[in-house]
Amino acid sequence: MDTLEPILQEHPFLMGLNPGHIKLIVGCASNMRFDAGQKIFQEGEEANAFYVVRSGKVALEIYAPDRGSLIVETLGAGDILGWSWLIPPYQWHLDARVVELTRLIALDGKCLRKKCEEDHELGYELLKRFASIMEQRLEATRMQLLDLYGERD
Amino acid sequence: MANVIETERESKGVLTVESMLPLRFRINRVRKETHDAFTLDLEATDGAAACKFSPGQFNMLYMFGVGEVPISISGNPETPDTLVHTIRAVGPVTKALRTVKRGEFLGIRGPFGSTWPVAEAVGNDVVVVAGGIGLAPLRPAIYQLFAERERYGKIAILYGTRTPADILYRRELEQWRARFDIEVNITVDRATSNWRGNVGVVTNLIPKATFDPYNSTVLVCGPEIMMRFTITALQKRGVPLDHIYVSMERNMKCAVGFCGHCQYGPFFVCKDGPVFSFDRIKDWFYIREL
Repeated sequence: MDTLEPILQEHPFLMGLNPGHIKLIVGCASNMRFDAGQKIFQEGEEANAFYVVRSGKVALEIYAPDRGSLIVETLGAGDILGWSWLIPPYQWHLDARVVELTRLIALDGKCLRKKCEEDHELGYELLKRFASIMEQRLEATRMQLLDLYGERD
Repeated sequence: MANVIETERESKGVLTVESMLPLRFRINRVRKETHDAFTLDLEATDGAAACKFSPGQFNMLYMFGVGEVPISISGNPETPDTLVHTIRAVGPVTKALRTVKRGEFLGIRGPFGSTWPVAEAVGNDVVVVAGGIGLAPLRPAIYQLFAERERYGKIAILYGTRTPADILYRRELEQWRARFDIEVNITVDRATSNWRGNVGVVTNLIPKATFDPYNSTVLVCGPEIMMRFTITALQKRGVPLDHIYVSMERNMKCAVGFCGHCQYGPFFVCKDGPVFSFDRIKDWFYIREL
């Protein structure tokens, strides 16, 4: 039977993890498919997963009462979606809306949290990888805030 | 004979009468591109010489009675009969230029400055990274790449701008996107949920673009901060610094390396630039307020 192991072990996010850890992670993984317009998760909901985007496009949105849904960022093939499963209170801070047919691998956050508590080496490896993604997203957000293309004084 | 002497002097970047004398150009068309950017199609009335240019070069546009500004040429070098400038209205002269109408005249000096290394990139992959109005100085290079498409490897155009409404040359970008031999990726900094494209900074597009970092020529134009982060992202991909070219912007006045207003370390941006190999200017690029 085909497993998600070959896909996950070659993904840059998990590359370099020892085979035992990959097996643990694969045990928490499942394939998912969303059509355009569907929500993968919504702000305020419990965050119990993260996702490896295999194809398609996902918009991360914040709803502003007087302005509607504003897209903060879009993610596509190869990107990692979601880190709120890792940090208490395990709640999504954004909506993830599918822009076009999207295929993902969902990783069960509850299952992974338990495994990380039991195996700190796995926990540290995952945290290092998520910290790197957070750093990239923070840097990108700072650049967006700079309003680089706006009118200069 | 006088012309020969002046040509020789000009090639050394020395002030000449010709380089300081604006020629009269008639405005044949004014197009609104975005809320603050517009394109002028101009035709020479005093002789066609000033229409010939290479991608990356700029002209000094003189709005009579208002002043002169350096503006990159954004048209097709293969069609020199029409001189095309896309301008963003940000200062007194460019704001005044926004009011011009078809049939009116501008003074033009140029073309000046260095060029994108389009011919030198033959055989390589080419990545064009543009931010905001920075797409305008790159468009002539894109036209030239398309004109001899078979001579290049992969071509990727990565464009970032503020919002969907700020996308420059929207129709043309859509046409380029429809081609199978070019990768075109556009991203905006902010958008509402009816936008189906990418949201995020232009540097996010670099890790996903298809090109061989060791055999690529990368052309970058946009605000200096954007170019800084772009260079970091290109370095992460493994692009050698001498394969990266940037277009610098400084306060250019005479345009021939005479007045010194655009001095940038040991260079004059008007004469030695605006296009530089990043390797050549890397020692000055990170010095603040230079």
